[in-house]
Amino acid sequence: MASFWSWWIIILTVATLVGLVWVLFANRKGEPTGTDKTTGHVYDGIEELENPLPAWWFGMFVLTIVFGVAYLALYPGLGNFKGLLDWSKEGQYEREVARADETFREMRDRYLAMPVEEIALDPAAMRMGGRMFSNNCAQCHGSDARGAYGFPNLTDDDWIYGGTPEAIKASITSGRQAAMPAWGTILGAKGVDEAAAYVLSLNGREADAQLAAAGKQHFQTYCAACHGTEGTGNPAMGAPNLSNGIWLYGGRAEQIAHSIRAGRNGKMPAHKDMLGEEKIHILTAYVYSLSH
Amino acid sequence: MSQTNPEQIDLQEIAPAEVGEIDLYQRRERIYTRKVEGHFQRIRLYTGWPLLLGYFLLPWINLGGRQSVLFDLPARKFHILGLTFWPQDFYMLAFLLIIAAFGLFAVTTFAGRLWCGYTCPQTVWTSIFMWLEQHTEGSRNQRIKLDQAPWSGEKLLKKGLKHGSWLFVAFMTGLTFVGYFYPIRTLVLELAQFSAPLTAVFWTGFFTLLTYLNAGWMREQVCKYMCPYARFQSVMFDHDTLIVSYDERRGEPRGSRKRSADPAELGLGHCIDCELCVQVCPTGIDIRKGLQYECIDCALCVDACNSVMDKMEYPRGLIRYTSERELAGEYTHWLRPRIVGYVLVLGLMIAVFSWQMLARVPLELSVIRDRNQLYVTTDSGAVENIYTLRLANMDPDMHEFSIGLSGLAGAEIIGDTEYTLNGGEVRSIGLRIRMRPESLQQPSTAFHFTVEATDQPSLQTRHESRFMKPF
Repeated sequence: MASFWSWWIIILTVATLVGLVWVLFANRKGEPTGTDKTTGHVYDGIEELENPLPAWWFGMFVLTIVFGVAYLALYPGLGNFKGLLDWSKEGQYEREVARADETFREMRDRYLAMPVEEIALDPAAMRMGGRMFSNNCAQCHGSDARGAYGFPNLTDDDWIYGGTPEAIKASITSGRQAAMPAWGTILGAKGVDEAAAYVLSLNGREADAQLAAAGKQHFQTYCAACHGTEGTGNPAMGAPNLSNGIWLYGGRAEQIAHSIRAGRNGKMPAHKDMLGEEKIHILTAYVYSLSH
Repeated sequence: MSQTNPEQIDLQEIAPAEVGEIDLYQRRERIYTRKVEGHFQRIRLYTGWPLLLGYFLLPWINLGGRQSVLFDLPARKFHILGLTFWPQDFYMLAFLLIIAAFGLFAVTTFAGRLWCGYTCPQTVWTSIFMWLEQHTEGSRNQRIKLDQAPWSGEKLLKKGLKHGSWLFVAFMTGLTFVGYFYPIRTLVLELAQFSAPLTAVFWTGFFTLLTYLNAGWMREQVCKYMCPYARFQSVMFDHDTLIVSYDERRGEPRGSRKRSADPAELGLGHCIDCELCVQVCPTGIDIRKGLQYECIDCALCVDACNSVMDKMEYPRGLIRYTSERELAGEYTHWLRPRIVGYVLVLGLMIAVFSWQMLARVPLELSVIRDRNQLYVTTDSGAVENIYTLRLANMDPDMHEFSIGLSGLAGAEIIGDTEYTLNGGEVRSIGLRIRMRPESLQQPSTAFHFTVEATDQPSLQTRHESRFMKPF
């Protein structure tokens, strides 16, 4: 806050407080002094009585003023003045987070020391994991974790980057960036169709034999480096298995051709900073439990 | 008024001085109530004791390993005599309160402020405190004398005893009240060990203080100035409503006389002007001035007056439960449309409520469709929709539940359909449904998820959802 506005608020607040105190005490009457108990104000036959403020009401007003002054002294309220307690909402938030950390430290350390396979059998940890999955993963992978177009199914035993606890944990912690290059310009339209036909044949699906034979050449030249000569994929590179009938971007001929032509750049975001190590450990166990 | 128009009501000029001055800042005049015994006092005793015992003992009774009545606010569950209510049952409480209010209206129309006089906690606790006052400081006259006397050891002792006993009762009341919200056995143990949570200590102290102030110091002022019900209750009155009233035609003219004297000879009514009815009144009014809003229908004056009538050998009932119509020399109409209407509506509401309670299924299912993807298409051309089901087993027992579909022919559920939930457990379940798009007429089709306990078919419910397919 600029110092002008800070002073503006301080002066307004203090002036109002002082004004209120003055009004309150200036209007305080003792017992009525006159004999007729009126103030002398008369309008249309209505007379104003000179009654004192009720004591309880007056007392309450004084109390509110005392409270207000004490509050403004202790807490931030007067412009940029931080208050004597040095309270801030960030500070309170941090204190509460620290308190929660303290409360859950024992449980966290216990789980952190347990291997993922063992946590996957702990019902309480799996309920926590399920809630974390709903909040952080279900948006893409679906509430049932069975995935959708572009987002892998986490409940089967097909893993693009590997399904070991370590691999799952690495995927969640650091994320994954797929890099399937676009081969359209290199292969040309005909080359793409040929490669697609070969990929179909890898799955034992109906494909033009001639095209597939030509496609095999392309595959060995361009695709095998990542997907392997048999097309069984390579989890270390994040290259999916092309021979098991599980398709991240659809398994129809034109969808496969599109993937070859334009490439794919799926992204799994890193959760290291969002969740932290302890939560990721439990979440890893939950994801692991989905397919085990 | 010099001119009078027969069409109009005469106006009268009233000078301000004649209105008299009402002091709005009136100090409270201490009311020293006199002890009285009699028929209606006994009725109060017989209605009061069971209510008090119920209040103090109920939280100590355990049912099935759990406090029989416990309003568990942090868990948002109300346990009432073996039934557990969840937040979604809250409308029932509203319904119950409406029934209670209607019951109150019906009773008030019939018999006036019976609630105020006999069962209102303010009256009951005030009576307890008055009883304690009676036994520590003595009778009305002794108390007046004690208050006027200068401070002495005896006065200090009596006052200390009184306030000590008041605080004890107030503390027990506050403790019991908090015990309805926090397990009372734990609370008492923790208070004894000075390890109770601060909130529990605060609220126990709070209700102790309020009980002490309300029943010890505020008393009739609560009824006169604070209670909204006292003010609108008279709306329910009609000419046939039972009220505590002084029979002016029999009593007036009042005057003291010898017991042997014949009032008719002296030209007096039956009221001997002994003022006992005023001295016993907990709200400090004179019932002989007619029906007043302060009157809580407690009938202490009836008992007091009857005892005097007995001594004078006059018939009882100079002050009695009667109606305005009866006082005017007619007969009270007991059966009148208003009462019949109240009773009918009340009966109907109680019937509907009971039916609701009996038909309540302690199972809840809610369904949320995944919205990130309207649908998922598979390589085989099928369409899938994803749902999150929240299944709440509100029954205290464990059950096995089976999830099914209705209104979606040919659908296949991908995922488990059998789940075992503990009593009171809520489970989130992710499921997807697979359909052939050809079998659906509309892009969006409504259907129901159904859930049924396999071991108890009456425990079943359903929830609507939609299945989407591409255009």
